[in-house]
Amino acid sequence: MGSDTKHLETTLKTQVESVNLAEEMCLRVAEEAGFGEDDCYRIGMAVREGVINAFHYGNEERPEKKIYLAIDLTSDKMIIHVLDEGKGFSLADVPDPLAEENLLSTSGRGIFLMRAFMDEFEVVSGRTGGAEIIMSKNLPRASGSQPNGQGGHGAAPQQEA
Amino acid sequence: MSTLQATHRDAGRVTVLDMSGRITLGEGSALLRNTVRELLEDKRTSILMNLADVNYIDSSGIGELVSAYTAVKSRGGELKLLHLTKKVHDLLQITKLFTVFEVYTEEFTALRSFK
Repeated sequence: MGSDTKHLETTLKTQVESVNLAEEMCLRVAEEAGFGEDDCYRIGMAVREGVINAFHYGNEERPEKKIYLAIDLTSDKMIIHVLDEGKGFSLADVPDPLAEENLLSTSGRGIFLMRAFMDEFEVVSGRTGGAEIIMSKNLPRASGSQPNGQGGHGAAPQQEA
Repeated sequence: MSTLQATHRDAGRVTVLDMSGRITLGEGSALLRNTVRELLEDKRTSILMNLADVNYIDSSGIGELVSAYTAVKSRGGELKLLHLTKKVHDLLQITKLFTVFEVYTEEFTALRSFK
C-alpha cells in the first residue's frame, strides 16, 4: 500500500443500525474524495448491501458476532472491505436474481446491486473465516467521471458468470 | 436519512398509498409490510402505491415491494406503482422488476387501469 493511501477501519455490531452507520461513514469519505452525487449514491448503496449481507447471511443476525468495515483511499480508487464472522460463501452459489424464476424472490439482490454499482467486486475468504467483500470505485479524475457523477460507472449491471 | 412515512386515501374503489422517505432494512421495510397487511385485512385489494417522495430503496425495500405485490395478487387484487423517482426507476429497471410491476406516471391513468 503506497504512502498516499488513506486507511480507515471500524468494527460494527451485528445490528440493523450498523447498516446506516456504514453507509454514512463511506459517504463522508466518498464526498471528501470528490465523487459526485450519483457515484456517492452508488457507493452508499453498495456499502449498505455489503453490510446487510454480513448482518443477515454472514453473521446470521447473531449479536455476539462482529462486522469489520475498512476503507482504503488510494490515488485512483476508493476500496471498501466488509468482513463478517460467518462461514463464507462462493459467488458461484448465489442465484441470479434476474432469472425468470427468481424475479419474484423477496431477497437475493444484494450481491447483484454491489456488482452493478461498483467498478470492481470480489468475495474472498477473510481472516475470520467469514466472507470478505472487496469492492472499489475509481476516483472521478482516474475514471473520467464528471464531477456530477455522470461518468457512467456502475450504470449497467454486470451479469454473474 | 428520512424515515418512511405512509398514508392512504380512497380514490373510488382504489386505495392510494402515499409514501415518503426511504424504504430500507429496518423500520422502512417493516412499515411498508405492516401497512400493506393492514390494507389487505381491511379488504383493500386494489392498491396504487405512490412513490413520488421515495428517493431511496435498498434490496430489503425491493424485497418488501415484491412481497406486497405477491400478497395482493394472491388475494385476487392488484398493486401498481405511481410516480417513480429516477433512482427508484433505475433500480427497478436493472433488477428487471419493470417486467413485474405496472408503473404509471399519471394518477388518473393509473386509477383507470384497475379492473
